[in-house]
Amino acid sequence: MRAGLALIAGAVFGLGLVVSGMTDTTKVQGWLDLFGAWDPTLAFVLGGAILPMAAAWRIAARRREAVLGGVIPVQSDAKITPQLALGSVLFGVGWGLSGLCPGPAMASLGFGGWQGAVFFVAMCAAMIAQPRVTAALAGVR
Amino acid sequence: MPLDWMWGLVGGLMIGSAAALFLLMNGRIMGASGLLGGVLDGSRRGPARSEALWFLGGLIGAPLIWHLLRGAPETQLTSNVAVLIAAGLCVGFGTRLANGCTSGHGVCGISRLSLRGIAATVLYLVAGMLTVWLFRHLWGVI
Repeated sequence: MRAGLALIAGAVFGLGLVVSGMTDTTKVQGWLDLFGAWDPTLAFVLGGAILPMAAAWRIAARRREAVLGGVIPVQSDAKITPQLALGSVLFGVGWGLSGLCPGPAMASLGFGGWQGAVFFVAMCAAMIAQPRVTAALAGVR
Repeated sequence: MPLDWMWGLVGGLMIGSAAALFLLMNGRIMGASGLLGGVLDGSRRGPARSEALWFLGGLIGAPLIWHLLRGAPETQLTSNVAVLIAAGLCVGFGTRLANGCTSGHGVCGISRLSLRGIAATVLYLVAGMLTVWLFRHLWGVI
């Protein structure tokens, strides 16, 4: 049951990314091209995605427990850290260069050609390396 | 195309519904980089890991089936290997360091007015816009 719902959520997410245009890298770079031929579509994507999720958080605040069991993760009061800022800026640079963020990179794996595969492998390698690199840098300091 | 915003909205509602489903049914946050990264670096174990794998299966499989049925559009990704690798490394490293990407910080974070989510989204948007400006309009690389 939990596995089935995870599969369905992943499938709806993936199809939503395709339908909305998030897997179209031209469109995503057009959204980021504020100083050129700006494409506002992604504002509708983000807005559309936030609506059901905002409702879900309201429900979550009342129930606290997931339907299939387990505690719903509540709002943490974690602060804005240098890691959050540096990581987000790095992510933005890669997003701008390629037009891909992690979700669409996976959703378009099946039809993204060799280019999509190269991006995905590099992304995975960096994801595996990140905890080790960060720990090594902390050790140096 | 004039109807692009409508498809954007429909697709966005699907993305948000998937996130809502995963949160309320399974009690999990739908963050693409967290789900993939946690599986890759081994920090996700037990049911969290298997549910992440099922989720990723749907995320990769459903669009693949969709495109097999409807015919695949040609990818618009750059063929510049150096750019592809650099971009992949930045996205992979950055999203794990920041603990989230467009889905985790953008969709799940902003929708509960998380300060971290809002700050991350502003930063990656501004960085992405500056990158496109620099590399497209100034240097003509992409």
